[in-house]
Amino acid sequence: MTVSVQTDAVGRDALRPHAEHTFAAELAALAAADDRPRPARWKLSPWAVSTYLLGGTLPDGTLVTPKYVGPRRLVEVAVATLATDRALLLLGVPGTAKTWVSEHLAAAVSGDSTLLVQGTAGTPEEAVRYGWNYAQLLAHGPSREALVPSPVMRAMAEGMTVRVEELTRIPADVQDALITILSEKTLPVPELAEEVQAVRGFNLVATANDRDRGVNELSSALRRRFNTVVLPLPATPEAEVDIVSRRVAQIGHSLDLPPAPDGMAEIRRVVTVFRELRDGVTTDGRTRLKSPSGTLSTAEAISVVTGGLALAAHFGDGVLRPGDVAAGILGAVVRDPTADRLVWQEYVETVVREREGWKDFYRACREAAE
Amino acid sequence: MIPGTGGNAESGGPLLLGVRHHGPGSARAVLAALDHARPSAVLVEGPPEGDALLALAAHGRMRPPVALLAHAVDDPGRAAFWPMAEFSPEWVAIRWASSHGVPVRFVDLPAAHSLALTEPKEDGAEDGRGIDPIGVLAEAAGYDDPERWWEDVVEHRGPDGRPSDPRAPFTVLAEAMTALREAYGDGGHPQDAVREACMRLRLRAARREFGDDVAVVCGAWHVPALRTRATVAADRALLKGMPKVRAELTWVPWTHRRLARRSGYGAGIESPGWYGHLFGAPDRPVERWMTKVAGLLRDTDRTVSSADVIEAVGLAGTLAAMRGRPAVGLTEATDAVRAVMCEGSDVPLALVRDRLVVGETLGEVPETAPAVPLQRDLDRQQRTLRLRPEAGRRELELDLRKDTDAARSRLLHRLRLLGVHWGEPAAGRGSTGTFRESWRLHWEPELFVRIAEAGVWGTTVLGAATARAETDAVSAPSLAGVTALAEQCLLAGLSEALPVVMRALADRAALDADVGHLADALPALARSLRYGDVRSTDTAALGEVAVGLAERVCVGLPSACTGLDADAAVEAQRRVDGVHTAVGLLADTVGTDGPAERWAGVLRELADRDAVAGVVRGRAARLLLDGGRLGESDAARLMGLALSPGSAPADAAAWIEGFVGGATGGGLVLVHDERLLALVDAWLTGIPADTFPGVLPLLRRTFSAYEPGVRRALGELVGRGPDPGRGHDANVPAAPGFGEGRDEERADAMAPVLALLLGTGSPAEPGAGR
Repeated sequence: MTVSVQTDAVGRDALRPHAEHTFAAELAALAAADDRPRPARWKLSPWAVSTYLLGGTLPDGTLVTPKYVGPRRLVEVAVATLATDRALLLLGVPGTAKTWVSEHLAAAVSGDSTLLVQGTAGTPEEAVRYGWNYAQLLAHGPSREALVPSPVMRAMAEGMTVRVEELTRIPADVQDALITILSEKTLPVPELAEEVQAVRGFNLVATANDRDRGVNELSSALRRRFNTVVLPLPATPEAEVDIVSRRVAQIGHSLDLPPAPDGMAEIRRVVTVFRELRDGVTTDGRTRLKSPSGTLSTAEAISVVTGGLALAAHFGDGVLRPGDVAAGILGAVVRDPTADRLVWQEYVETVVREREGWKDFYRACREAAE
Repeated sequence: MIPGTGGNAESGGPLLLGVRHHGPGSARAVLAALDHARPSAVLVEGPPEGDALLALAAHGRMRPPVALLAHAVDDPGRAAFWPMAEFSPEWVAIRWASSHGVPVRFVDLPAAHSLALTEPKEDGAEDGRGIDPIGVLAEAAGYDDPERWWEDVVEHRGPDGRPSDPRAPFTVLAEAMTALREAYGDGGHPQDAVREACMRLRLRAARREFGDDVAVVCGAWHVPALRTRATVAADRALLKGMPKVRAELTWVPWTHRRLARRSGYGAGIESPGWYGHLFGAPDRPVERWMTKVAGLLRDTDRTVSSADVIEAVGLAGTLAAMRGRPAVGLTEATDAVRAVMCEGSDVPLALVRDRLVVGETLGEVPETAPAVPLQRDLDRQQRTLRLRPEAGRRELELDLRKDTDAARSRLLHRLRLLGVHWGEPAAGRGSTGTFRESWRLHWEPELFVRIAEAGVWGTTVLGAATARAETDAVSAPSLAGVTALAEQCLLAGLSEALPVVMRALADRAALDADVGHLADALPALARSLRYGDVRSTDTAALGEVAVGLAERVCVGLPSACTGLDADAAVEAQRRVDGVHTAVGLLADTVGTDGPAERWAGVLRELADRDAVAGVVRGRAARLLLDGGRLGESDAARLMGLALSPGSAPADAAAWIEGFVGGATGGGLVLVHDERLLALVDAWLTGIPADTFPGVLPLLRRTFSAYEPGVRRALGELVGRGPDPGRGHDANVPAAPGFGEGRDEERADAMAPVLALLLGTGSPAEPGAGR
């Protein structure tokens, strides 16, 4: 979520151009300045890739904007992984910029972020291996022309970086198709009695949500083919408040909600509550807290505030008040009716009640809980 | 005057080996240089009083990490440590010398002076100077982390694999340090001038005794100073008139954990385990390290394959190359372990850090090492408090209002914390007042050993007990353990340890999901608050924690008392009792009614909720009744509900047990309130015959616990009228404790005597008593 938003679209009509187009100038400058060794078919050296992601100033004065604001160590491990034999798995709760990072990695390493498999519960094996053009197949029998390669297959053949989004949503049997590809680096096509061998430069970046329930857990066989990097939630409250308020403004706009005159105080409060419960410690670092079973991600804070805004706009006086967000927070925190309720009650009684200026909120929480 | 340089073998001067304390690369380099030069004597930075103890370093029972400990005889709190690990260059040099039969000497300022000069503080060995020489060099090289620069330039560039001159690293380093000292002078640490003068003098003496080819192992910073020309007279002048204390030295066992920066007397290194590995591994350190990590993770039931190890080594190498480092460092190794073996998680990584990067190695010192200062401190306190160690058992009564007795009590409590069980608390004779304490004293020779062991914790009883309590608080397995510790800290007067213990307590209380543990912890805390009063210690923080704990108990207890089996219900009832007493104490001490009010609310909830176990419901009703928060009619209503025919007899019997059982005088409520007794009686007689045997044991347990007097009174009440309620019809008010109506026969028997006394003469007719 800690991302910089590039506003100047590169003279194209696309609503959202690909990273390699938006930042084409930066990539070109980096490639020109980059004199370090590059792995086969990489557009940049690993050092330049991490500079591209983390930002910096090149010797010729070109300013590279930071794409990811977070620990340098994580980006370095991610880039180094792509240079080794293993695939990269980016883990994190929703809203931690996993997709963003993977797109920029692919753009910087291969100059192309469009080789993408979007994981859903209905992702078929064809999306990972290959499919057939049935008209061709019926007319001419199995042939190279009748075969429709998947993004993975194309990446293997051309030595590119392929992305798999939401890996854990893909059914287990389709996930397993990746094992051969990642371990043997080859994709057999028995119908044609041939195979596609991955050329040097091929690698795979997958993203997955690590706290979502009801997903297809990775088998240990597949897991072993990946190095894992966990992307953390925003490091500071200010960053998170900023992200939440920006997103809320965007969403509110598209829902035609009137802008709340003084929403910041409540947004700050929601973010504080979420952060404290998530981290298991109060902001002043003096009191330990139990953490509820829910993720309490930034994305959820955004939805709590948007919901509160809708309540305030349609049923209240248009001002975001504690009562508007209290019920939403309760719903986000209490996922498990018994254990989480205790956690929440403890939090309300030991932290909220004592806090200066939170009297209204305390009352709203008590009301919401009844 | 001293022409020799570190790298100049031909010149015949002394071999100056500048090192970083505890640098494994330095240690290897020292070893190689010593093997190469074969000096006639080895001089090591350290207090010269320790020379006599150097022979012990070769002892078979001596195992690093150990520390050379110097302390002032009159003031054991004034102490300095020179920790040495297996990979410390100083240790390596000492062991090399003793195994090659080469004399070895310490050359630093005598501890007698250094102890007199400095206030007791953190670290005696590490150079706490104004500037950080390595930091300056690192900055010049464009590194933000000095440790990392040192690792890259010196530790990783050890002599292994390089057949060049083993002294080369020392020459380069000496040159850098010379440049630094030209720029910074003594670097803002005045004591260095004296120390270096002392080193020069001792170096001269050694050269006179052993010839020119002696080797000196000292901090790299000092090398330029040892090379400067200074006259003997000038050096002597510097040393003249130095303050002096009587110092004693000994070896004490040390641990890797204490070598790490974050604890106690740190030696300034964060990863002793990693350094130990680098020093100990014969070759391929990264591969061996990853194998070690994999082994540890497998032991904790994580699946780590050989492929993972291979991959981790590869990733660490790639990372090092990407970061432009000459070899894999700990940072790269850790990043690789996290990504490959720990699935990106920091949780298993914490284990790796704890067990391997820091390590749990514990040193050993032979018994022949001189006594530790802790023993001297204890001796002195025993003298001042007139509490001699005696082999026989004896009882000791202490009146805590007297200063000496209070000090004695604190000493005994502190020793108990240190595992020196000289005194055991005994049940007081008769008096239960909080200002009295009884002890049973028994001194055994083994206790000397215990004190020697406890020497790791500090040099005074107070300091050691404080350090021990703080460590225990962090590592205590359960919440109750920390609470007990807090109590002990108050008893032992360890006010400095208290904040740490309180912090641990608050953290554990917040994270403990089992409200039972919280409830168990509360009574001890409330008790501690009272002790604090008696001993006039500051207990504000404690009160805060206790109130917080009570709040958490109030939130969690109602749901913890539902759906319990019989045994768990009795346990829950015991907890309710404990918390009730504790909350009462708390309200007295803290001075707010908040917790008491909330607790009353909880009791009411417990009493009203059907899902709560019967015995707990009964007890809650009883506690409310006793506290005057429940009217008698309400109590009767609750009892009526619990005993109504609709509820299961076993549950009703449990309710009765909760309501009238247990506590002393539990049955008196039935003696005094006949309405309640009538309800019990009516319920009891209404139990169907086939279920009666089922509730009988419960009832017997309840009623047999009463005092005989109460039992008799109850029996009489029940025996007197099968249904006392009928007595009211006779229109005669009953006196409390007496039956309804009159016993005609006994009244008649009294009539003649009354008549005689009143002098009415004639015996009254039978029935005249009316």
